[in-house]
Amino acid sequence: MKIKMERATIVFNIIGYVLITILTLLCLLPFLLIVSGSFTPEIQIISKGFSLIPETFSLDAYKAAFSNPKQIFDGYKVTIFITVVGTAVGLFLTSMAGFVLSRKDFKYRDQLSFFIYFTTLFSGGLIPWYILITKHLDLKDSYMALIVPALLSAWNIILMKNFMKSIPDSIVESAKIDGAGEFTIYLKLILPLSGPGLATIGLFMALGYWNDWFMANLFITSESHYPLQFLLYKILASAAVLKTNVAGNLSPTFQPPAETLKMAAAVIATGPIVFLYPFVQRFFVKGLTIGAVKG
Amino acid sequence: MKGFIQELVRNKILFLMIAPALLFFIVFSYVPMVGVYYAFTRFSFDGGLFGGEFIGFKNFEFLFNSGVLWNLTKNTVLYNIAFIIISNILQLACAVFLSELPGKWFKKSTQSIMFLPFFVSFVLVGAFVFNLFSNAGVVNTVLTSLGFQPYDFYLHTAPWKYIIVFFHVWKGLGYGTVIYLAAIMSISDEYHEAAKIDGANIFKRIRHITLPLLVPTFILLILLSLGGILKGQFDLFYQIIGNNGMLYNSTDIIDTYVYRSLAVNFDIGMGTAAGLYQSLFGFVLIILVNYIIRKVQKDYALF
Repeated sequence: MKIKMERATIVFNIIGYVLITILTLLCLLPFLLIVSGSFTPEIQIISKGFSLIPETFSLDAYKAAFSNPKQIFDGYKVTIFITVVGTAVGLFLTSMAGFVLSRKDFKYRDQLSFFIYFTTLFSGGLIPWYILITKHLDLKDSYMALIVPALLSAWNIILMKNFMKSIPDSIVESAKIDGAGEFTIYLKLILPLSGPGLATIGLFMALGYWNDWFMANLFITSESHYPLQFLLYKILASAAVLKTNVAGNLSPTFQPPAETLKMAAAVIATGPIVFLYPFVQRFFVKGLTIGAVKG
Repeated sequence: MKGFIQELVRNKILFLMIAPALLFFIVFSYVPMVGVYYAFTRFSFDGGLFGGEFIGFKNFEFLFNSGVLWNLTKNTVLYNIAFIIISNILQLACAVFLSELPGKWFKKSTQSIMFLPFFVSFVLVGAFVFNLFSNAGVVNTVLTSLGFQPYDFYLHTAPWKYIIVFFHVWKGLGYGTVIYLAAIMSISDEYHEAAKIDGANIFKRIRHITLPLLVPTFILLILLSLGGILKGQFDLFYQIIGNNGMLYNSTDIIDTYVYRSLAVNFDIGMGTAAGLYQSLFGFVLIILVNYIIRKVQKDYALF
């Protein structure tokens, strides 16, 4: 049976499709511009500037970027290392803390929850924190400085606590009667039941480490320790030059890529995440929805 | 005290399990709180925390009398208000349309694309800004090809306010839409069905069912954001503006000022003072917001 659409519905749909399409294109446009910029010959940037569609297509920027890929590979190595270690350790500590705070038979859970929560309300600010890490903990220019200060967040612990609260008490109680220790209960019973919570919080942590440039900006001085995003920042700011094996003056019309090289670096640093995105996106949406409904 | 020790012995495994987290917050959150003492000193680089000369409220007086504090506060608050209003309205609109439009594929793919900016780093936003607004940027290419004079963005302050707001909204659109969509999905279908039978068209149903039922979520999200109105998004401002002193007057927020005090001007006392001011007033604001939420809707209070 065909239902005749109301006029109001047709108007609504047209407005909706147009608005959503425009916003979607605006979300996508900067990405397309970067990709297009990276495939433009350098000479065209100098004479005409960046454009949406390059007049001629050129791989020079990528050839140059990969002529000496050590910097980019190093950046990837550092980023992958801090992301894996930081997320694994952070998730372990967050879930343990969440487990303890979710236990209704733990007497000091409210006081300790507030002790952790208070850090979101008041802080000493950036400068005392920076001086502590560089002068007193002496972490300057070490990978520890990129991992440890970002290991835990009060919000994640509270989220984890709320998540684990929804697991029935009877599971813990019956395991205790069977003589299981607290750590065993956490490891063997509670963790396997917390899959969605762990996935969502873990992804947020991983994203934080992967995209971080600020900690590196504060604490890292030697170029071999640069994580990927900070390397990209330095290249964009022309404070670091992406080392290439491209010689100038090969021909009078050839310009060694500089501006386009920045665009190519941005694509190389972001591309893998964009390809991974469709696979992880639903975990975010799921986790957000659970969090939102639960308040 | 005796009770505490008894409890400690009885639940020693649980205490051990939470100990690393507690240690973390003591070291990285509570110990730095002691460091706010720098705000009351003339910092000395070799003296340590108590090596600097105690000067009382001199740093605060300077920040206040020079007008710096007023300008920073004004910028931080006004940017945040613009962010909150524009973001929430657009996110709400997107969620309402996405919940009602037909076409599963269209909705799925547009929602995915809108969420994409949330995943990329702010450094990439810096790359976008370079690509669009530098002298060889796309905007100038378009201007020249249409016969206009190219525009030097780095010599003018006016456009940057809009650029900053644009990219903030851009980055959060998908995220906020998902939150509002979840709230819409929790509205029972029965209301809409009943209204349809009564002959209400889609605009009337949205106006009289969806929107009123979203008001609590909307107000809650706005209130929560207002609690953080003194907190600036350092990544966004720094990646877009960087150290371009020409643009500070209209784009400097508390967070960028504190950062520059630390990394550029080495003015530790002044920077700590600005940071402490932000922390203290932020604290008062959150308490206030929480008090209001408690009055309106107790379940949603933060504490």
